[in-house]
Amino acid sequence: MKYPESYRYTREHEWIHLQGDVGTVGITHYAQEQLGDIVYVELPAVGQTFRQLQAFGTVESVKTAADLYMPMSGEVIEVNQEVVQHPEIINQSPHERGWLIRIRVHDPAEFDRLMSAQEYEAYVEQSS
Amino acid sequence: MSVRYLPHAPDDIRRMLEVIGVDSVDELFRPIPEAVRQKADLDLPPAMSEMEVLEAFRRWASMNRVPPEVASFLGAGAYRHYVPAVVEDVLRKPEFFTAYTPYQPEVSQGTLQSIFEFQTMVCQLTGMEVANASMYDGATALAEAVLMARRIREGRHVLVARSVHPEYRQVLHTYLRHLDVRIEEVPWETETGQVDRNALQARLRDDTLAVVVQSPNALGIIEDWAAIRATLGDHPAVRIACFTEALSLGLLKPPGAFGFDIVVGEGQSLGLPVQFGGPHVGLMATRMEYVRRMPGRLVGVAYDRRGRRGFVLTLATREQHIRREKATSNICTNQTLCALAVTVYLALLGPEGLRRLALLNAQRAHFLVRRLEAEGWERPFRGPFFNECVIRHPKAPTIWERLLNRGIVAGLRLHRWYPELDRDLLVCVTEMNPPDQMERLVQTIREILSSEA
Amino acid sequence: MADANRTTQHIALEEPLLFEKSRPGRIGYSLPPTGVPELPLKDLVPAHLYRERVEGLPELSETDVVRHFNRLAQWNYCIDRGIYPLGSCTMKYNPRLNEDIARWTAFTEAHPYLPDELVQGCLAVQWHLERYLCEITGMDAATLQPAAGAHGELTGLLLIRAYLEERGEKRTRILVPDSAHGTNPASAALGGFEVVHLRSDERGLLSPSTLRAAMSRDVAALMITNPNTLGLFEEDILEIADILHEAGAFLYMDGANMNALVGIARPGDMGVDVLHLNLHKTFSTPHGSGGPGSGPVCVKAPLAPYLPVPRVFRDGDRYYRVWESPRSIGRVKAFQGHFGVHVRALAYILSLGRDHLRDIAIHAVLNANYLLARLKPYYHLPYDRRVMHEVVFNDRRQNPSGVTTMDIAKRLIDYGLHPPTVYFPLIVPGALMIEPTETESIEELDRFAEAMIQIAREAAEQPEVVRSAPHRSAFGRFDEVEAARHPVLRWSPHGFPPPRKEPPKESG
Repeated sequence: MKYPESYRYTREHEWIHLQGDVGTVGITHYAQEQLGDIVYVELPAVGQTFRQLQAFGTVESVKTAADLYMPMSGEVIEVNQEVVQHPEIINQSPHERGWLIRIRVHDPAEFDRLMSAQEYEAYVEQSS
Repeated sequence: MSVRYLPHAPDDIRRMLEVIGVDSVDELFRPIPEAVRQKADLDLPPAMSEMEVLEAFRRWASMNRVPPEVASFLGAGAYRHYVPAVVEDVLRKPEFFTAYTPYQPEVSQGTLQSIFEFQTMVCQLTGMEVANASMYDGATALAEAVLMARRIREGRHVLVARSVHPEYRQVLHTYLRHLDVRIEEVPWETETGQVDRNALQARLRDDTLAVVVQSPNALGIIEDWAAIRATLGDHPAVRIACFTEALSLGLLKPPGAFGFDIVVGEGQSLGLPVQFGGPHVGLMATRMEYVRRMPGRLVGVAYDRRGRRGFVLTLATREQHIRREKATSNICTNQTLCALAVTVYLALLGPEGLRRLALLNAQRAHFLVRRLEAEGWERPFRGPFFNECVIRHPKAPTIWERLLNRGIVAGLRLHRWYPELDRDLLVCVTEMNPPDQMERLVQTIREILSSEA
Repeated sequence: MADANRTTQHIALEEPLLFEKSRPGRIGYSLPPTGVPELPLKDLVPAHLYRERVEGLPELSETDVVRHFNRLAQWNYCIDRGIYPLGSCTMKYNPRLNEDIARWTAFTEAHPYLPDELVQGCLAVQWHLERYLCEITGMDAATLQPAAGAHGELTGLLLIRAYLEERGEKRTRILVPDSAHGTNPASAALGGFEVVHLRSDERGLLSPSTLRAAMSRDVAALMITNPNTLGLFEEDILEIADILHEAGAFLYMDGANMNALVGIARPGDMGVDVLHLNLHKTFSTPHGSGGPGSGPVCVKAPLAPYLPVPRVFRDGDRYYRVWESPRSIGRVKAFQGHFGVHVRALAYILSLGRDHLRDIAIHAVLNANYLLARLKPYYHLPYDRRVMHEVVFNDRRQNPSGVTTMDIAKRLIDYGLHPPTVYFPLIVPGALMIEPTETESIEELDRFAEAMIQIAREAAEQPEVVRSAPHRSAFGRFDEVEAARHPVLRWSPHGFPPPRKEPPKESG
């Protein structure tokens, strides 16, 4: 699996795509594969702020539930209502249509401290 | 040697040891350290045949003096109601009582469908959108409701009416004591016995996470849900209503009709005998928006590969076997067979039977109270009541004792719950107290009082 | 040899919901007359609180109701039907005698608030059961109040907390092996503790060195299941107990697997300070499709003062209750626990007595090892040695042909058998956890073994048959994903069931 080069990744299997000071956040292909069919996702409200690595929501499949952790600190400016209605989109398109929230980041420097696509691919290799 | 529940004969054991590849059963227990192995027999009676077991229990049973041998007007959280013959018949079906939790839906549709029916009925009774498959009892359901409220709203303060059943409050205290939550009691109005709504409003704080009121309450008094809703206004605290006498919902508008967030209570009245306090069945219902924070099992509709409609356990990711320490609760085994009793009971009564039974209870209770008032008893709390009421007499303790000597239990001596109410009795009347038994109570009181004079 | 085609089908009727069968005007109940002068409604209940009727409750005749539950019953597997080899559930035969006794009106009509002198029989039953459970477990005192095993776990942990608090000790951690049942960490969290997971070693056991590494003055207790969920006896239990006690911590035992120890070894002699029992497992009380159970807690003397109230005592031949005790943790439940279940458990203990309680463990261990021996040639055994009362295999040998534990479980249904526990314990991926119990005969064990062996053959030779099972049951596999995505948790008079949601269109 080739992970998008322009994204950065957390050890908890979230990704973030930064455009200016707006970050789009989701979970990785590996994460959705591990979870199985996603049945429900709980996302925060617009306006809420979280620190880096703070839990901002949960994602549930039939067999498990997992917390979602912020890749970078920021304020939630948009929530993907489509995945709330149709969580299966996260399985089908975890890096694109299955995005979860958009945030206005507080500290752009946090981006560089995350894993690159190659580092994440190696990390996932190790975990399997 | 074979015993009736252990099928192996010596030959069977020999064959099995051969297949396993050991000389004796003893070898199989090798991993247990010698120091820990029992050397002596257990200090227990010798094995008994069926007849001997029956004899032992007959002796114990004969040591009990319970209704109908004595006349009882006890309610106080466990209510004697008539259980129709069909209920016991269904509970004795081995397919229900010897079955396991329905984790394999293909072979448990009987259980799953009946739980789905139960969940629906609990919603109908309480006026709420979703109900779980049962909790242990009303008291633990209340404790879990407050824990659930903590997941919905932050806060460290809970208001609980003093007129909530004392054992329910005790269980709540046990569950919350080690958590960072303070429970504050709200007194009742001396005139009505209803919760003091002014005191309730005065005690609401910014960090109040939940408010708990019971109706009918521990004094038997029916709360005014509409007035309580008005008192609470827009305060965001989670509103929890509870009940101990489920039959009251046959005559009273449910808390769900007044904006309550969580409704919990005891279902024992609806198809279970009092059984010295258990097993009973806890009911819990809430709004659909809170369903993922609710503890307990849930059964939902599902379709199989052939498109057939059936039922499955669902939303299990809230539960202990998946979430472990992050679960909504630790509950695993609950009260399924007891919930089945409630389902069968309500199916037999239907809305009309439930209404008429509730009315019968209320009419008889009100009649008894009128008769006692005519005999010089006082009704200290003037609010409306269902089938339980507090009656007061200066000689109440003595009268209660003398009645007991004559085989009549005249309700609960209320000082056990509220020390200041030392001349009060909480009497309950149900369809199990026929009119002549009520009359006998009144007559006997008269006799006692005249011999006292 | 097992043959799935010999599982017969018979006439089984589909049955709608009670609400779908409802017909206005029907009723299955009759009341006696009120028999007293009646008040007008307005004098009974204030108008704005009065409820005309409970909308939606079904209207059915008695025959309708009887048939409904008869038809539902036909869809259920149960112990009376055949072996139920669910690991750690101890699905043994439920004696009929116990059902009769529990229903005597002398017991069912006893109100918990009747004075002691009127309920001497009930108190005697509870007093004797407590004593016998203590004797069996080697403990000093007990409470019968907890409603189920998980409830007992919480109670036991609260006892420990009370003990520590009284001594001004603040210990916040509970250690739990990774093989533990999910209720263990859940109960610890509910008790306000932080949970620390301990890894099982290569033997599948808890090693003293792992425990030592996790110990600190912050640890309140270790929760251990013995034998553990792999069916293996925790061989280092005495050293484990010493390590804990030296550090001022407690050893809690989850007694779910007592079936392997009854009459053979007592937890009290292993250094256990507090444990819970599951009467609906070891002591034959029925599982009831999901309860009621009962989870008594037994303790050593130092924890006795904290036991929940009321407690039952005996003075000569008189039994009495003590309702208040200043050091008690209070109540974990209303009243005195599941008395109806206590009656059944006591009848069971009396039936087996000191002569045969030991045979429970002996035959349970024998049966599990017999199945181990018969199935080992066909299924992967992650911990390859003799077991106690249960054995854990997994699907590793069947995976290459695409067959999983779930498939094997579903295919067992075609053989007229209930699957074992699947995917637990978590430390064995694809676990198949098999506990036959002692009440299964050699023929029934063979029936199960032969079906499993046949399925292993099918997995190798015609895996599709296994992967698409079950075939012979009325219901196939359910779409549990859809059920969780769009939960429908009750019937309603309008639009039931809701139309199934359309999946979203795939875009380019």
